[in-house]
Amino acid sequence: MPLSDLHNMPRRGDEKISPTKLAAAQYIITAVLVVLVMGLWRLQVLGAANYRLLAEANRVRKVPILAPRGRLFDREGRLLVDNYSSVTCFLLREQMKDGDLPMIADGLHLPLEQLQYTLHHFQYAPKYQPIPLKQDITPDEQAFISAHANELPELETLEEQRRLYPRDGFAAHLIGYVGEISEQDLNNPKYAYYEPGDVVGKSGVEQSYDALLRGKDGSRDVIVNSHGREIGRLGEEMATPGKDLKLTIDLDIQTVAERVMEGKNGGLVAMDPHTGEILAMVSRPAFDPNQFAVRLSKSYWNGIITDPNHPLLNKAIQAQLAPGSTFKVVMTLAGLQENTAQNLHVVCNGGVDFYGHFYHCDRHHGPVDIHSALPYSCDSYYYTLANKLGIDTIAKYGHMVGIGQKTGVDLPEEAAGIMPSPQWKLKAQHQPWYAGETISVGIGQGAVQASPIQLARALSGIASGGAMVRPHSVFADELPPDVLQEIQEAYPGSGEKQIEITPENWQIVTDDMANVTQSPIGTAYEAHLEGIDFAGKTGTADVISGRQKGTADKATLPNAWFVGMTPRRNPDIVVAVLWEHGYWGNNSAKLAAQVINAFVEKRRKQAGNLRLEQAATPQPTPAPVKPADEAAKPTATAKPSDAGTPPTKPSKPASTPTASAPAVDKPKTIPAA
Amino acid sequence: MTRFSSYRDFDLTLFVFVLLMSIVSVFEIYSATLHTKFHGFHTKQLEYLAAGIALMFLISMIDYHKLIGIAYWAYGISLASLIAVKLVGKKVLGARRWIALPGGIHFQPSEWVKLVLIAAVARYFWGLCGKDDLTWTDIAKAFAMVGIPMLLVLSQPDLGTALTYSPILIIGLFLGGISWKKAAILVLTFLVLIVGVWKSGKVLKPYQKARLTSFQHPEDDPKGSGYQVRQSLIAVGSGGIWGKGATKGTQTQGDFLPIPYTDFIFAALCEEHGFVGAALVLILYFLILVRLVQNAQTAKDPPGTLLVMGVAGVMLFQIAVNVGMVVGMMPVTGIPLPLLSYGGSSVLFTFLALGMVMNVRMRRFVN
Repeated sequence: MPLSDLHNMPRRGDEKISPTKLAAAQYIITAVLVVLVMGLWRLQVLGAANYRLLAEANRVRKVPILAPRGRLFDREGRLLVDNYSSVTCFLLREQMKDGDLPMIADGLHLPLEQLQYTLHHFQYAPKYQPIPLKQDITPDEQAFISAHANELPELETLEEQRRLYPRDGFAAHLIGYVGEISEQDLNNPKYAYYEPGDVVGKSGVEQSYDALLRGKDGSRDVIVNSHGREIGRLGEEMATPGKDLKLTIDLDIQTVAERVMEGKNGGLVAMDPHTGEILAMVSRPAFDPNQFAVRLSKSYWNGIITDPNHPLLNKAIQAQLAPGSTFKVVMTLAGLQENTAQNLHVVCNGGVDFYGHFYHCDRHHGPVDIHSALPYSCDSYYYTLANKLGIDTIAKYGHMVGIGQKTGVDLPEEAAGIMPSPQWKLKAQHQPWYAGETISVGIGQGAVQASPIQLARALSGIASGGAMVRPHSVFADELPPDVLQEIQEAYPGSGEKQIEITPENWQIVTDDMANVTQSPIGTAYEAHLEGIDFAGKTGTADVISGRQKGTADKATLPNAWFVGMTPRRNPDIVVAVLWEHGYWGNNSAKLAAQVINAFVEKRRKQAGNLRLEQAATPQPTPAPVKPADEAAKPTATAKPSDAGTPPTKPSKPASTPTASAPAVDKPKTIPAA
Repeated sequence: MTRFSSYRDFDLTLFVFVLLMSIVSVFEIYSATLHTKFHGFHTKQLEYLAAGIALMFLISMIDYHKLIGIAYWAYGISLASLIAVKLVGKKVLGARRWIALPGGIHFQPSEWVKLVLIAAVARYFWGLCGKDDLTWTDIAKAFAMVGIPMLLVLSQPDLGTALTYSPILIIGLFLGGISWKKAAILVLTFLVLIVGVWKSGKVLKPYQKARLTSFQHPEDDPKGSGYQVRQSLIAVGSGGIWGKGATKGTQTQGDFLPIPYTDFIFAALCEEHGFVGAALVLILYFLILVRLVQNAQTAKDPPGTLLVMGVAGVMLFQIAVNVGMVVGMMPVTGIPLPLLSYGGSSVLFTFLALGMVMNVRMRRFVN
């Protein structure tokens, strides 16, 4: 339509539009804007405080600064357990773009198929949940992620401190392992400090000294954007690192102990009887704690829990089994102290009759007395002794040396064992005691149960003139007093004490033990060590009653025990070996002998390569060769060795011809210990 | 026939208000894009504003009667361009709204259609002015005129822009002289239709319904449909009375607020400048809108009034829906805030519309 037409065309439209309608429009505008201002008022004035909190919650994130866990060293300061920082790469799927995968696969050195499989695996997880792509990524891969932060905003890294344990399960049972805290533990007031996801010691020293090792996590208030990326910092509270701990174990002794137990099933503990310091602790089969430090694979876990030989069990403190003939040392002590054994003479004809039952002995030992009974390990003698003493007296001495009680070692889950008595049987089995049971207890069978550490403490305590110690794996002077007290309360046991042994009896029982290995009649003569005053007691404990020798089934073979020490009186080291189904105590004796030998060799080396004869002559301690950190130790730990010396020392030197005898009288001249 | 017009009659007051708002816009876009890859959009906005002001003067020189004269032709071309978008348009975020022109320019026809529609509706009701009552046929024609482009835009899909066409129709019917009775019937029919569509569950998909209602309960699904509303409310609310200061808005700078330089620019402003700043901006809008109505009142003839009121209607509608969305009173529809939101099409439309208002104003005394 041409413009001129438009202006000239007749129209009704030249009348003005009603002014009231336009005025009404102004009111509408006013009303709309007033409503909007009211909306602003509601949010910005009335709701401001609340929304300010929400805005803060949006942008400020508390990021924990993880405290590095305390490291573990051996007694000479050699590093056993370290930390390493491990970086895990996560994928935030919400921010992933199509076609990013090949680039990610390339940068992280992952096969594309594996990446796709991971994504597929998490396809039903909520989109905002980050999914872990790769653990322990290399610095190279980390650089890739930070260099591509803009192109690949979906990649996130998280740094954690991980535990690095020795390989091949070295000292794994003593050290223990860490893992994510369980829901069960979280409800335990003892773990009030922890939050879900925290790492906590799960066994061994890692568990018992967790409070010291863990340190205190710090935190950092980080300003983040909507993608969770850090865009600024507000403040931070530093983390307090966990305390480094020096363990009492000796790397050299532990290495030998690990080697001798290799391929066997059982436990070994080596201890300094003066102080209770554990020098080595091995349990077999072992496990690899490094597997627990990272995400545990299902197959590894299944392998461990279905293994019939219980790799997670620390057999040095948790195996409670019949001690067999090792118990005869306790019997010997009881017989001597009760003045029963001194004049007891038994003729062994392959066993004895009691209560209408023939109790077997391994051999026909002929006439046996208190000096030959222990080296022979003559069952007939101890059956008779047990019958004369009676169960109450046996139990009294058993309890005295800590059989059937925890030793109080500073490690979790110690087994108490059993020292049977009529009261015990009534309580545990609701049955009266039968006299025949006393006879079995006399040779460490029947209901008697003990752990290697219990026997190590009991027998070395007897050899130390009755000075019983509390075994421990961390030096007491490393610990704050309150922690030390807490540990002792957390791991109760018979602990340190002095039991009564007359010097004459002390001499007899220790000489008897020496003859087990040093006299040709001794059961462990094969294990004797040239030039070392090696003493001990074998134990061959039946696994099933009425054992059938020569059975093909290995599980029916007796357990081989040996508790050995050197020197015979006031020993510097005791080694207890349990070799399950090891067939004969002598087999374990040979294992213990290797550890003892390594210990003595090391001492001699530290003493300046002195030969045995020279070492025998008293001379000042060559202090300079001691490692510096060990020099401080005796001040705190020397007292048990003094206490261990009986009030009156035997005036007569040991009757055995070995030149190491003077060491008995001068235990403190030997360096290190 | 020559017509006298002069820039003495140019509406300087309105222009100052608009310039003030544009300055606020540039500053807020600067702040909202400071830490994003969109940093620098404020200078682009300045370029758009310069182009917009130039176009405003340009269009104010052409007599609005001439513009109205070609309105129907333009209307035809608009429909064609909307159909062209359907066929050859560039798909961005799942919707075809843009046509790529040579030189890297992206043209969004639906914005221009708004302008053409204002002129076409003005022309249509001009023809009906003075009638005692609009017949149902008149009303149906008006519905068709607005409804066809509306449906085309709706199918892009772009619900927001389509909705901005509705005030043009309402203003036209209202000023064109619809009787109260017919108006009441229409309103009732619409209410019944809306309720019916909602209840039937056939026309709208559940996710669309969720999007339209989530603004009422943003807490129900903070990660999903309620996210934008929730973040917007937090931004506005946490601004308090005085605001956190320019470029200091944690919601805006931390990228929590969605698209803080376009649809949610008012939330960014509320966060950084508080209730005081936001209220001042709303007062400025009030002044602009009232000034527009004054210009409509002083217009020489009904088409002038209709044109100016069309512009005022569209602006009020956009302000109400956008600010309503930001403060949680309206669903999220993706309508930009005129004069504040970043964007070439939006800026150019607004200034062309204001150019038409100037046009009418400058010719108010001319006979």
